[in-house]
Amino acid sequence: MARVIVDVMLKPEILDPQGRAVQGALGRLGLAGVTDVRQGKQFTIDVDGVLEGDRLALMERLAGELLSNPVIEDFTMRVEQ
Amino acid sequence: MRIGVVTFPGTLDDGDAARAVCIAGGEPVALWHGDDDLKGVDAVVLPGGFSYGDYLRCGAISRFAPVMTSLVPAAQGGLPVLGICNGFQVLCESHLLPGALTRNGSLHFVCRDQRLRIERTDTDWTRDFAPGQEIVIPLKNGEGCFVADERTLDELEGEGRVVARYLEVNPNGSRRDIAGISNARGNIVGLMPHPEHAVEALTGPSTDGLGFFTSVLTTMVRA
Repeated sequence: MARVIVDVMLKPEILDPQGRAVQGALGRLGLAGVTDVRQGKQFTIDVDGVLEGDRLALMERLAGELLSNPVIEDFTMRVEQ
Repeated sequence: MRIGVVTFPGTLDDGDAARAVCIAGGEPVALWHGDDDLKGVDAVVLPGGFSYGDYLRCGAISRFAPVMTSLVPAAQGGLPVLGICNGFQVLCESHLLPGALTRNGSLHFVCRDQRLRIERTDTDWTRDFAPGQEIVIPLKNGEGCFVADERTLDELEGEGRVVARYLEVNPNGSRRDIAGISNARGNIVGLMPHPEHAVEALTGPSTDGLGFFTSVLTTMVRA
């Protein structure tokens, strides 16, 4: 079995109102000096067998086409075999 | 004039969109997300709602629905397509229109009667409006903040592809107050506010929304 981990974050130039709201809450809860918060999401995808070749290439393509939107988001992907 | 109205799981406004088509004088044709048959319609409306629960990103899963595999090439070939709210999000996720719609700047869901200026009147969906005409139609969204990089925004402005702009209040933080855009050819239009909710005096703040639906009928008569 392999586990694929895809992290998706808004591009730095895209305003992240959710991150900003969290930043405000952290300050209100006493954490001083928070200069920025960005909120993203993580997918963990378990697949049978060894992920390689065409299947790995397809996984990578779908991380860019389905799991993230290249207009506003960047993703990183890693595979634990 | 047969106008398709697509229903995805979670679509809310297909009923009102079909009714708006009727009131404008067209014949609505129900299209199902799981069916790639466009039934020979002359135009298509992608209505508002929360298709596939808005899971992942709004419109992201709908993009891969069977109906879209037929609709995307048809739209690229010139079929008039209007995406309203969630439909606009689907058009952006499908790359039929540039940019993306993100969480409202305020983080709040906004529901209000919204004043707009119609800035492009040579699209298939706006030709019955006068250039610069101001209209009031409902707006209701949580993820209506239109974003694109500066180059794309300049391109949209330079090519006159901003179809409608928010007046008085920018309800969601959209870049440059953009409420709606089109492709270069003007057959594909995405609009965040809801013209289909403003076609009858009894239920809408105006009947200004009707112009979008009569425009596409005008387009077909001319063709």
